[in-house]
Amino acid sequence: MVNNHPILTVILWLILAPFLGGLLVGIERKISARMQARVGPPVAQPFYDVLKLMRKENLVVRKSQNFYIQFFLAFIIFTAVLFFSGENILLVIFSLTLAEIFLVLGAYKASSPYSFLGAERELIQMASYEPAYIISGIGMYMAAKSFYIRDIVSFNRPLALYLPGVLFAFIFIMAMKFRKSPFDLSTSAHAHQELVKGVTTEFSGRTLALIEIAHWYDIVITLGFVYLFFAGNIKIAVAAAISAYLLIILIDNTFARLRWQAALKSCWFTALVFGAANLIVLFYILG
Amino acid sequence: MFLLSFLIIFPAVSAVILLLVRSDSLRNIIVKSSSFMLFGGSLVLLGKNYTWSVQSFKVYSYPADKAIFYIALLLAGYIFYTGIRYKRPFTVILILLQAAFLSWFEFFYGRRNPTEYSLFMDDLSVMMAMVVGVIGGLICFYSLGHMKELYEKSDKAVKDNRHFFFFVIFIFLSAMYGVVFSNNLQWLYFFWEITTVCSFLLIGYDRTPQARNNAFRALEINLLGGLFFLFAIIYLYFSCGITDLDKLMNSPKITVMAPVAMILFAGLIKSAQLPFTSWLVGAMVAPVPASALLHASTMVKAGTYLMLRMAVILEHTAVGYFLALVGAVTFVACALIAASERQAKRVLAYSTVSNLGMIVLCAGVGTYEAMWAAMLLIIFHAVAKSLLFLSVGVVEQKMGVLDIEYMSGMILRMPRTAIMLQAGMAGMFLAPFGMLIGKWATLRALVDYNPALAIFVIFGSSITVFYWVKWMGKLITVERPYANLEGGIALSEWMPLYGLAVLSVGISLFFPLICSIFIEPYLMEIYGRTVRLSYDNILIMSLMLGVALLFPFSFIKYGRGVRVTGAYLGGANAASPTEFRSRGLSVKNMQMKNYYLEGYFGEKKIYRLSILICAALIILMLGVSWSTIILF
Repeated sequence: MVNNHPILTVILWLILAPFLGGLLVGIERKISARMQARVGPPVAQPFYDVLKLMRKENLVVRKSQNFYIQFFLAFIIFTAVLFFSGENILLVIFSLTLAEIFLVLGAYKASSPYSFLGAERELIQMASYEPAYIISGIGMYMAAKSFYIRDIVSFNRPLALYLPGVLFAFIFIMAMKFRKSPFDLSTSAHAHQELVKGVTTEFSGRTLALIEIAHWYDIVITLGFVYLFFAGNIKIAVAAAISAYLLIILIDNTFARLRWQAALKSCWFTALVFGAANLIVLFYILG
Repeated sequence: MFLLSFLIIFPAVSAVILLLVRSDSLRNIIVKSSSFMLFGGSLVLLGKNYTWSVQSFKVYSYPADKAIFYIALLLAGYIFYTGIRYKRPFTVILILLQAAFLSWFEFFYGRRNPTEYSLFMDDLSVMMAMVVGVIGGLICFYSLGHMKELYEKSDKAVKDNRHFFFFVIFIFLSAMYGVVFSNNLQWLYFFWEITTVCSFLLIGYDRTPQARNNAFRALEINLLGGLFFLFAIIYLYFSCGITDLDKLMNSPKITVMAPVAMILFAGLIKSAQLPFTSWLVGAMVAPVPASALLHASTMVKAGTYLMLRMAVILEHTAVGYFLALVGAVTFVACALIAASERQAKRVLAYSTVSNLGMIVLCAGVGTYEAMWAAMLLIIFHAVAKSLLFLSVGVVEQKMGVLDIEYMSGMILRMPRTAIMLQAGMAGMFLAPFGMLIGKWATLRALVDYNPALAIFVIFGSSITVFYWVKWMGKLITVERPYANLEGGIALSEWMPLYGLAVLSVGISLFFPLICSIFIEPYLMEIYGRTVRLSYDNILIMSLMLGVALLFPFSFIKYGRGVRVTGAYLGGANAASPTEFRSRGLSVKNMQMKNYYLEGYFGEKKIYRLSILICAALIILMLGVSWSTIILF
C-alpha cells in the first residue's frame, strides 16, 4: 500500500477506490440475483445509476440539507486519504465517525419523518459498530506495537493469529456498514414499507449520487480493515477481504432484518465476548 | 506569592462589596471590573509560570491559620443553625462531627505546626487557576444579564436576592483559587469546605422546597466527603507528621495509602461519581450560571484535581485500580443514563459526571500518559460544558423549555444560540474537537496500562456519540415555520457565549500549545518524562478542523440549484407540508420524536446496579488501603 511514491499511491487509491467499490456493489447485485434465481442487472449498473442520478433534478425538503452530504463525502474521502497514506488507525476511525455524523445530521436536517427515523436508527447502528472498530484498532496496535497503518501493513505476521476474536467481532458488524440484512436498519438497497429509504429518503439527484459514491469509499475502507488483519501476506489478505464480502452477501440473502434492540445487543455482545476478551488475553500473553 | 494571595483575597473582597451593593449599575461595574481583574490575574500568572516553574511559598502562617480555624467554626455554626432550623438530622450530625474533630485537632496542631510551605503553584495549579479565572470571569459576565432577567420575570413579591448570589459566586471563586494554590492540607480542606457551602447556598437560591431539599442533599453528601478529608489530615499528621500536599505526593506509597484513599473518597464525592451522583443531578435547580460555574466547569473539577495530585502514588496499586474502576463504571453508566434523559439540564449533568468519570479513571491509572490525557480532558470539558450550560440558560429564558423534544426548529427560532449549542456539543465528542482528543489520549494511556479499562471507554464513548448527535439533530430539524425569539438578549450575555465558543474551537486548534505550556512541564516535573505529540497527527487534526470549519461557508449556495418540495409522509400531503391525509382521508399532523430508550438505558434500569457496583468498589478501595498494598 505504501511504496516509494507514497503520494502517488494515495492519489491512485483515491481514484481507484470508488471504481472498486462500485464494481463490488455491481458484483453483489449480480450474485444476490443469482441466489434468488434472477438474471440480475449488469455488473456496471451501479455506475449507470450514479450517472443517471447526476443528471436528475435536485429536490429537497430543506434548502441546506445537501450541504451536510457534501461534507459527508468530503470527510469520507479525507478518511480514505488517511487510510491509504498509512496514518494512525484510531484517527482513521474518528474521521470516519465524523463523516457518518454529517450524513446523520443531513438526514435530520431533511426534516421528514422517514429520514428522521433513519437518522435515529443510523445513530443506534453507529453505537453498535463503533466498539468493534476501536477494538480492532487497539488490537492491531497491541499486536503490531504501532497505531500507524503503514507499520501494521508491514508487520510480518498475520494479525488475525493474534486477534481471531477481534476479527470475528469486526466481520459481525460489517453487514451494518454495507447496509445489508440483518442490519440494514437505517437505510437499505431496497425500499421497505416501515423505513421507505430511511436516511436517504429525502435526497435526490446529484446529492443521492454523492451518497452512493461515499458508500463505495466506505466499502473499500471497511474491506481495507479486513485486509489489515492479514496484511503479512498480500494474497491471503486480498482473499480474506473477498471472502468476507461474499460472506456478507450470503448472510444478506439468508437473514431477515433484525429489530434495533437485537442489532445493538448482538453487536455489543460479540464485541465484548470476542473482541474485548481477545484484547485482555492478548495483553496477558504479550506481557 | 503576592499574586497568589491576591487571587485568593481579591474575589473575597469583591464579594463583600457586592453583598452591600444593591444598585444594578454599581453592581454591573463591580462585577465586570472584577472579572477583568481575574482575567488579568490569570494572564499574569501564565507569564510568571512561564519563567518560574514550580514555586512554593513560606507564609508566616500563624495568624492565617488562626483566622481560618475561627472562620471554619463560624461556618460550622451557621450550618448547624440551618440544619436545626430545617430539621435535617444528618446535616447536624455531620457538622458536629467535623467541628469536634477540627477543634480537637487544632488543640494539637495549633501548638506545633510543621507546615513548611503554605502556598505553592506548579503547572497543574496554574492550569486550574486559568480555568477558574477565564471561565469564571466569563460566567460572571453572563450572570449579570441572566440574573436580571430571572428577577424581572419572577414574581416581584420575591425578594431581590441578587446581591447575595454574586456574593456567593465571588466567595466561591476565591475558595477555588485557595483550593488549587494551597499546599497546607488544612488550608486546602478549609477552602474545599467553603466550596461545599457555596454550592449549598446556590442550589437553595430559589428557596422552593425542592431547591432546599436538593441543597441539603448536596450539603450532606459533601460534608461526608469533608469528614473523610479531615480524617485523612489527622491521620497524616499523627502517623507521618505530614501536613503538606507536596510532601504527601513524595512519600513512600506504603505509608500514606490509607489517608490517600480517604482523600480520594472526598474527591469522588466532590466530583459526584457514582454512587454519589444524585447531589449533582439535584444541583441543577440552581440558577444556570451557578450550575455552569460550580457544577460543570470548576468545583466538580476540584475533586478530580485532588485525585490527580494523588495519581503519582496510585500507579500500579490496588487502590488505584479500584479508583479507576469507579471512574470507568461511572463513565459508562452515566453515559447510558444521559442517553435516556430528555431534560436538557439532566443530560448535561449526567454527561458531566460521565466525563469526570473518565478523568477519575485516568487518575486511578496514574501513569504519565493518563495524566496527560486527564489534564487535557479537564480543560476541554470545562470550556465546552460551560458553553453548553450558558446556551441552555438562554434557551430556558427565551423559550421556557428544557425538554429536548421541544427544541426542534431551534436553528430557526434561536439561530445563534443553536450554533453555540452545536459548537459546545461538537467540543464534547466530535473529532477533531476538544474532548475527542482527550478521549484518544485516554484510550492510548489505558491500552498501555491495561486494555480491560479501555473497554469501558470504548463502549461509553459510542453511547456518548448517540446522545449528543440526537440532540444536535433535534436542533436542526424543522417541523413548521417559526418566529425568531432571539431579540432582547443583552450583549453581556452574548459575549461570554461567543468567547467560550471561540475558546472551544481555539483550544482544539492550539492544544499542542497548551500541552507544551502546562502539561509537558508538569509531567517532566513529576514523572521525569512526557508524551510527545507526533507532528503528523497534529497536522491531520488541524486539517480536519479546517475542513469542518468550512461548513458554514457552504451556506453561500443556500437554496441554489435545488427545488423545494414537501417531505414524504407516507400519504398524500395535505395543505401544509407537515400534514398528510391518512386512511379515510383524515388529515393528520406528522410528528418526529427522538429515541430515548428508557426501557433499556433508563435511570431506573442502570442506576441501582451501577450504584451497588461503585459502592462495592469504593468500600474495597478503602479496605485495601488499610491492609497491605498489593502491587499488580
